[in-house]
Amino acid sequence: MGERLLLRGNEAIAEAAIRAGCQCYFAYPITPQAELLEHLAQHMPRLGRSFVQAESELAAVSMVYGAAGAGVRAMTSSSSPGISLKQEGISYLAGAHLPAVIVNVVRGGPGLGNIAPSQCDYFQATKGGGHGDYRLIVLGPSTVPEAGELTMLAFELADQYRIPVMILADGLLGQMMEPVELPDAIDPSTLPAKEWATTGAKGRDANVVLSFDMDPNDLKQANLVLQEKYRTITENEIRYEETDTEDADIVIAAYGTIARICKSVVRMARAEGIKVGLFRPITLWPFPYEPLKALSSKVQTVLTVEMSAGQMWEDVRLAVAERAETPFYGEMGGIVPTPRSILSEVRKHVS
Amino acid sequence: MPKGTVVIDADRCKGCGLCIAACPQGVLAFSGKLNTSGYDVAHMEKPDACIGCAFCAMTCPDIVIEVYREKVAS
Amino acid sequence: MSANLETMTKVFDRPDSLTDARFTYCPGCHHGIITRIIGDTLDELGIVDQTVGIAPVGCSVFAYRYFKCDSQQVPHGRACAVATGIKRARPDTIVFSYQGDGDFASIGTAESIHAANRGENLTVIFVNNQIYGMTGGEMAPTTLVGQKSATTPEGRDPSLFGYPIRFSEIIAQLEAPVYITRQALYDTKHIMQTTQAIKKAFQNQVDGKGYSLVEVLSACPVQWRMSPVQANKHIAETVTQVFPLGDLVDRG
Repeated sequence: MGERLLLRGNEAIAEAAIRAGCQCYFAYPITPQAELLEHLAQHMPRLGRSFVQAESELAAVSMVYGAAGAGVRAMTSSSSPGISLKQEGISYLAGAHLPAVIVNVVRGGPGLGNIAPSQCDYFQATKGGGHGDYRLIVLGPSTVPEAGELTMLAFELADQYRIPVMILADGLLGQMMEPVELPDAIDPSTLPAKEWATTGAKGRDANVVLSFDMDPNDLKQANLVLQEKYRTITENEIRYEETDTEDADIVIAAYGTIARICKSVVRMARAEGIKVGLFRPITLWPFPYEPLKALSSKVQTVLTVEMSAGQMWEDVRLAVAERAETPFYGEMGGIVPTPRSILSEVRKHVS
Repeated sequence: MPKGTVVIDADRCKGCGLCIAACPQGVLAFSGKLNTSGYDVAHMEKPDACIGCAFCAMTCPDIVIEVYREKVAS
Repeated sequence: MSANLETMTKVFDRPDSLTDARFTYCPGCHHGIITRIIGDTLDELGIVDQTVGIAPVGCSVFAYRYFKCDSQQVPHGRACAVATGIKRARPDTIVFSYQGDGDFASIGTAESIHAANRGENLTVIFVNNQIYGMTGGEMAPTTLVGQKSATTPEGRDPSLFGYPIRFSEIIAQLEAPVYITRQALYDTKHIMQTTQAIKKAFQNQVDGKGYSLVEVLSACPVQWRMSPVQANKHIAETVTQVFPLGDLVDRG
C-alpha cells in the first residue's frame, strides 16, 4: 500500500488518476474542481505524462477522444455546465467504444447555478445527457478515500468494457480533506496494449475509431452490440452498500456525500429507537434495482434523500414500486441538509 | 517527343471533364458513352497526340487515369 | 492507335497509401485531388504505417475509407483538438487533420486556433470551398459577398452576415505555427504547387518542426451550380481575389 496523505477530494481523484496510469489529462478550469487541474498540471509533466489546459470543455473531451482512441488512459474533469458542454463528445466516446474517465464535481444548477455542492446532475449522468442509446458507468463516491478508490476502479472498468466511466462527485466532496491511502502507482507502459487503437498500422490492417453507420441495418447492429455490453455490465458491476438494513422499518436511499451524512442520521435515529437503515448505491449506473427491490419488500418506507429536486428518487420509485412508501427529502441550490433536518423528516414516517 | 497513352477506368469516371480541359494536347473528349452510373465517360479522341504528361491524371479527382510513356532510349 | 503498353513505363498510378474505395465525392470536387496528393505524400515519405488521419464531419466524413493508415472519425469541428489528443498520447505517430470550412472555421474555430497557438506538431489540411456541401449548400464563414447559397438565397449580405473570413491570415498572427500556406487546384501548375505544399506540411511534422496548415481553395461544382470547368475558372478569377494564394508563414 502507498503512503497516507491528507488530501482534498479533488486532489485524491487527481492523484488516483496518476496512480492508475493515466497518460493524458485534458480539462478546462471551473469551480469547484480547479484543484484537480492544479494537481495534475504540477505532476503530469514531471512524470512524462500529458497535461493540457484545453480551450474549452468541448476541446478537452475531444482531446480525450483522440488520446483514448490512440490507446492510452485518458481523463477529463469538469463541473455541471462544463459537463453539459461535453455531452456530444461523451456520446461519441460511447458510440466509438472508447475507454475514458470523466469526473463531474457537481455544483448548483441549472444554468450558471452556483459553486456550492449539489446532486442535480444525476439525470444527466445516468439517463443520457448526450444523444443516442448509450450508457456510462457512473460511480458515486461518498468519502475522499472512496473517491480515490473509485477513480482507480473507473480506469479499470473503462478499459475492461471499452466504455466511458463517470465519477459523480460534488463540490462538498471535492473540497473536503481526509486522510487517504492510495495504492502504488501503475506504470502506464506496463498496461496491456489495445489492438484496436490508432497507434500506426504497421504490420496490421488499419484501425478506425468510428461511431458512424449510414445503413440503418448496420447502425442497428452497432446499437445491439452496445446494448449487449450494457447488459453484461449490469450483470457484473453493480455496487451498493447497505447499513443497518436487516431489521429496518425505514430505509434511507442516498448516494454520495449526502449518504455519508445519512449514516449519522441512522446512528441518531437508532439512538431514539427508530429502526432506520441506509441503502447507498455506489454504481448509479448500473443502478442496483434488484437489491433495492428485494429490500423494499421488508420495509415500510424508503426515504430518498438527495440534493436535488428528486432525480435518483425516480430510480428508487422504479425499484420499489408499490412495495413501500417512497417519500422524498431534498435540498436544492447548494444547501447541504443537516443530520438534524434529515432526522426530522425520518420521524415523520415512523408509524 | 515521347509518345504516351492513358488508360481510363470507364466505370469509375464521373464525366467531370477536368481531364479534357487539362490536356495540353487536346487528346481527350467526352465519348458520348454512359457508364453504369450514368456519367458520360472521357476517352482518348486523339490518341496519337498524347505525350504522357499526366496532366489529366493529376487533375482527375477520382484517380481513374493511369498514364504510360514510351521509354526514352539512352 | 498504336500505343503499346508493353514498351511503355507507367508514370502515373493510384498511390499505394490509398485504398481501392471509390470516392463518394461529386464529379469535379477537389476533395479527390487533395486525397490523392495526401496519398502520394504518405507514399513518398514512407509514413503510412505511422500515420493517423482524422475524418471530420462533412463531405469528407468517409475519409477513413480512403486511406490505408489508422483513422479517427471525430465530432464536427473538433478535429484539431482530437489531433492534439492523439499527438500528445502518441508523439511518434504522424497525425493529420482534414477539415472543410465549416469544420475548421466555424464550429471548430476555437479548436483550430488553439491547436495552432499551442504549436502542436501537426499537419492540418483545410479544404475551403466557400460553402457547406454535405448539408445542402448553406453559407460558410468563407462564402463570398453576394454569393448565393441555401441560407443566403439573395446572395451573402455583409450587413447581415459579415464578410468571408480569411482564416489562414488569422492563424498567421500566432507565434507558434511554422508553415501556413494557401493553395489551389484549378490548373496543373497549381496542383503541382499544392503537392509541394502538402508534402512540406507533412515533412515539417516528420522533422518535428511544429504546426503546419495548408488551406486549399477548392471547388464545389454542385452547390456552386457550375460545371467543374466553370468552377475552376471561378476560383482562378474570383476566389483568389478574396483569398490570395501563397505562403503566409514559412519558418521551416
